[in-house]
Amino acid sequence: MADLPTIAIWKFSSCDGCQLTLLDCEDELLGILGRVQIAYFPEATRAEIEGPWDVSLVEGSVTTPEEAERIKEIREKSGLVVAIGACATAGGIQALRNWANVKEFASIVYAHPEYLETLETSTPHSDHIDIDLELQGCPISKAQLVDALLAVLSGRRPNVPTSAVCVECKRRQTPCVQVLGTPCLGPVTQAGCGAICPSFARGCYGCFGPKETPNTVSLAKRWSEMGASEDQLLRAFRTFNGYKPAFREESARHGG
Amino acid sequence: MRAVLAPEALEAIVEVLRRRDWRVVAPTVRDKAIVYGEIASAAELPVGWKDVQAPGSYRLERRGDEARFGYAVGPQSWKRELLAPSVRLLQIERANGSFKVAKKAAETARTAFFGVRPCEVAAIKIQDRVLIGGPYADEDYLERRKNSFIIAVNCGEPAENCFCASMGTGPKAEDGYDLVLTEILDGSHRFLAEAGTDEGAELLAELPQQPAEEADTAAAEKVTDTARERMGITLDRSDVHELLLANLEHERYDDVAKRCLACTNCTLACPTCFCTTVDDANDLSGGAGERIREWDSCFTAQYSEMHGGGTRRSLQSRYRQWLIHKLATWNDQFDTQGCVGCGRCITWCPVGIDIREEVVAIRVTQEAKS
Ligand code: SF4
Ligand code: SF4
Ligand code: SF4
Ligand code: SF4
Repeated sequence: MADLPTIAIWKFSSCDGCQLTLLDCEDELLGILGRVQIAYFPEATRAEIEGPWDVSLVEGSVTTPEEAERIKEIREKSGLVVAIGACATAGGIQALRNWANVKEFASIVYAHPEYLETLETSTPHSDHIDIDLELQGCPISKAQLVDALLAVLSGRRPNVPTSAVCVECKRRQTPCVQVLGTPCLGPVTQAGCGAICPSFARGCYGCFGPKETPNTVSLAKRWSEMGASEDQLLRAFRTFNGYKPAFREESARHGG
Repeated sequence: MRAVLAPEALEAIVEVLRRRDWRVVAPTVRDKAIVYGEIASAAELPVGWKDVQAPGSYRLERRGDEARFGYAVGPQSWKRELLAPSVRLLQIERANGSFKVAKKAAETARTAFFGVRPCEVAAIKIQDRVLIGGPYADEDYLERRKNSFIIAVNCGEPAENCFCASMGTGPKAEDGYDLVLTEILDGSHRFLAEAGTDEGAELLAELPQQPAEEADTAAAEKVTDTARERMGITLDRSDVHELLLANLEHERYDDVAKRCLACTNCTLACPTCFCTTVDDANDLSGGAGERIREWDSCFTAQYSEMHGGGTRRSLQSRYRQWLIHKLATWNDQFDTQGCVGCGRCITWCPVGIDIREEVVAIRVTQEAKS
């Protein structure tokens, strides 16, 4: 037991969906638990093991001064830090605050906003520390998470494609919805979801964030030709991964 | 062997093949497009449908007649049946201090491809050359290819992006099929059927038919002649090899890089592109592993990545690699052409990049120079 690698799962500002992906790995979960020691995972166990930890999975974005400190401490005490999900890798939906006034929001939502200690921005961990592996997605893909854990345990490279959703879409032989008339973010979005939305005749929403070398300018131009408004373009690029540089810059070209 | 078939005889084709345990795959309407799928009856063909194609655009429309093959090629190609999108190559298991390697069990069903266009017949011949034509045959492809039966259909109505006439691959298939049909809509609706192999002749012999008169042969010839004229020549391949190699650095590649998404759709829709990636995976116990091969593309950065980084980092270099391979270096490498002019890369490019236009743009500056 003592020889097994320790894994800690940390939550920052997030909805818990990505951590739950781990609990959702029903078939694989027992196998994984047999090969690691869970050092910290409040969603699943009360047990706690002191650091340092071999692997830290980090969910959620940095939105408070306390979180900005905590991630540095986790980095210092961890062998590998894996950021999981759109919040941890891009700032998440809550990064919409980065274009707004947080104090105003707080005064509308809370009776006593003065008790609140929050940052002006929601940022990914890569803005604060060095990250060893990022799993993009809102939520992350179960298969990618299992593969990443197996890769770490077996000392091999994880299989994380950085190419477009289109690759998965064509492999499953879905007729391209964009060519059939429905705007799709697939050509600039990183694979990983298995191209679910196009298989239901919907355009990709960009949950997995920008792919390698995304040409957002060209895709946005095509969307305009297909009839998309500037506001639609702004919203398309400023959703789950709006603060990730490629999408951030493209949304800025469409106002706001 | 030659005969004339009534439209109802197509049902007999499906029946006879299925009776002989062939899985019949044919064009059929699904998800607002004409795709390839298993059919149990000729009624599942896209009867009375046509496709309206443009760069980056595809729509289905009603024709107003009962044509069975009144459309061109769609988003899928027969590559999906022969070079499957995902194949398990190996399974590895630990056993008694050693390990056991099991190759994928041959599980290929005998499949009849019903409705293979001339450009696709040509594409299959090209993939045969690339994948099983050398000393190291791709076993999975070979197995599937041996278990295939090809019923080609000549083209009467090319789509906007078809340019097989330019590439010399259509609209009439010359060989490479078991049976070929030409649909004649002029006069009585009928098909001219010609066998290309003994197996094709055997199938034809079982079908209800009329003898083929000279008028039928002439009518069939007219169908493909009209199609050829309608297409014209939109890509001059006579000197394209020299043209592209003489212009390795060209401003047009900067221009196309502004438009290209490096999304891979062109290559994955192309019936001749064959790039794949191989990934290894292991199970939790460390007791078993597998090796999976999947479709991949020269348009991804990861595809050319090796120790020290990628070799084709810019979009310019990726588009250039593709264009020049398709139209020039493929010939040097395999002694066949790489493009059959099916137009899929044009129609299914999300931003409508047109291979023909890119060649023209390079040719224009070359002509200005000389
Ligand atoms: S539907 Fe979207 S993801 Fe699929 S190939 Fe088309 S553009 Fe790419
Ligand atoms: S390069 Fe384009 S036109 Fe040529 S065979 Fe491939 S998809 Fe068809
Ligand atoms: S390219 Fe030629 S052979 Fe292929 S579908 Fe078009 S007309 Fe037919
Ligand atoms: S040419 Fe078109 S289909 Fe091909 S990678 Fe570029 S954008 Fe995608």
